[in-house]
Amino acid sequence: MVPLPYYLVLGAVLFTLGLTGVLVRRNALIVFMSIELMLNSVNLTFVALSRHLASMAGQLAVFFTIVVAGVEVVVGLAIIVEIFRSRATVNLDDVDLLRG
Amino acid sequence: MEIALFVIFAALALAGGVGVIASGRAIHSALALLLVLSALAILYLLLGAQFIAVLQVIIYAGAIVVLFLFVIMLLHMATGETPVRGVRPRRTGAAAGSLLFLGGLLVAIVRPEVPVRSGAPDPAFGTAEAVGRGLFTQFLLPFELASVILLAGMIAAVVLAKGRMPLHAAAPAEESAAERPEPEPVGR
Repeated sequence: MVPLPYYLVLGAVLFTLGLTGVLVRRNALIVFMSIELMLNSVNLTFVALSRHLASMAGQLAVFFTIVVAGVEVVVGLAIIVEIFRSRATVNLDDVDLLRG
Repeated sequence: MEIALFVIFAALALAGGVGVIASGRAIHSALALLLVLSALAILYLLLGAQFIAVLQVIIYAGAIVVLFLFVIMLLHMATGETPVRGVRPRRTGAAAGSLLFLGGLLVAIVRPEVPVRSGAPDPAFGTAEAVGRGLFTQFLLPFELASVILLAGMIAAVVLAKGRMPLHAAAPAEESAAERPEPEPVGR
């Protein structure tokens, strides 16, 4: 059996990759994919802990994460498409209407 | 054996993760994301979470990545490649912050006080039956709320994808002229 910290470290590294993507990239679609990466790394942590604590609660949390991630992707991509329709860009730096 | 599988698929997941944030074109990022999701599905199987692994393949790799690809295709058909303006000084700041964050996480991980119950799990662990039993007993309320969230998401997607609707009966004429009949990108 693979020791628990291996999974936790993998989850931490994947989460950090996603965080870096959100901070560095300006393409809205790639930022969105980085958010998915972060959600998945947390899911991995949940499942690993669920296995090592012999408790189903972690897997149920992953179920709800997947539901919320699905809804988030649908609504978020619809917003991106709508922004693209009105401003012809998916660059986040060009969408600063609310900047004071 | 299990360690070897873990190393292979962890390496694939990390490679895919780097690919998501480092590739220049959105479509390459989407394919790298697919690699990460598939590798994670295998890791879920290694962890004995069969049901979650299947969900991962069906929902993430099946629906979500396809939705991403669909939107990328739709947007690029209209513009060609969108330019990526990536390099800027705040990159170093972002990288430093991320490394600091990773350091903090690793410090938290290397001294775990988790009472690990190792050994072979119950054979029923992680099956659809076990997950379903949890969903309909202990987690019944969140389960029902999840359906409300899904409904809200569906309505939001339809409203957004429909474009600008004239809210009042006497909408300005230019409003309807600005409406472009584009194919609906969203639908799951």
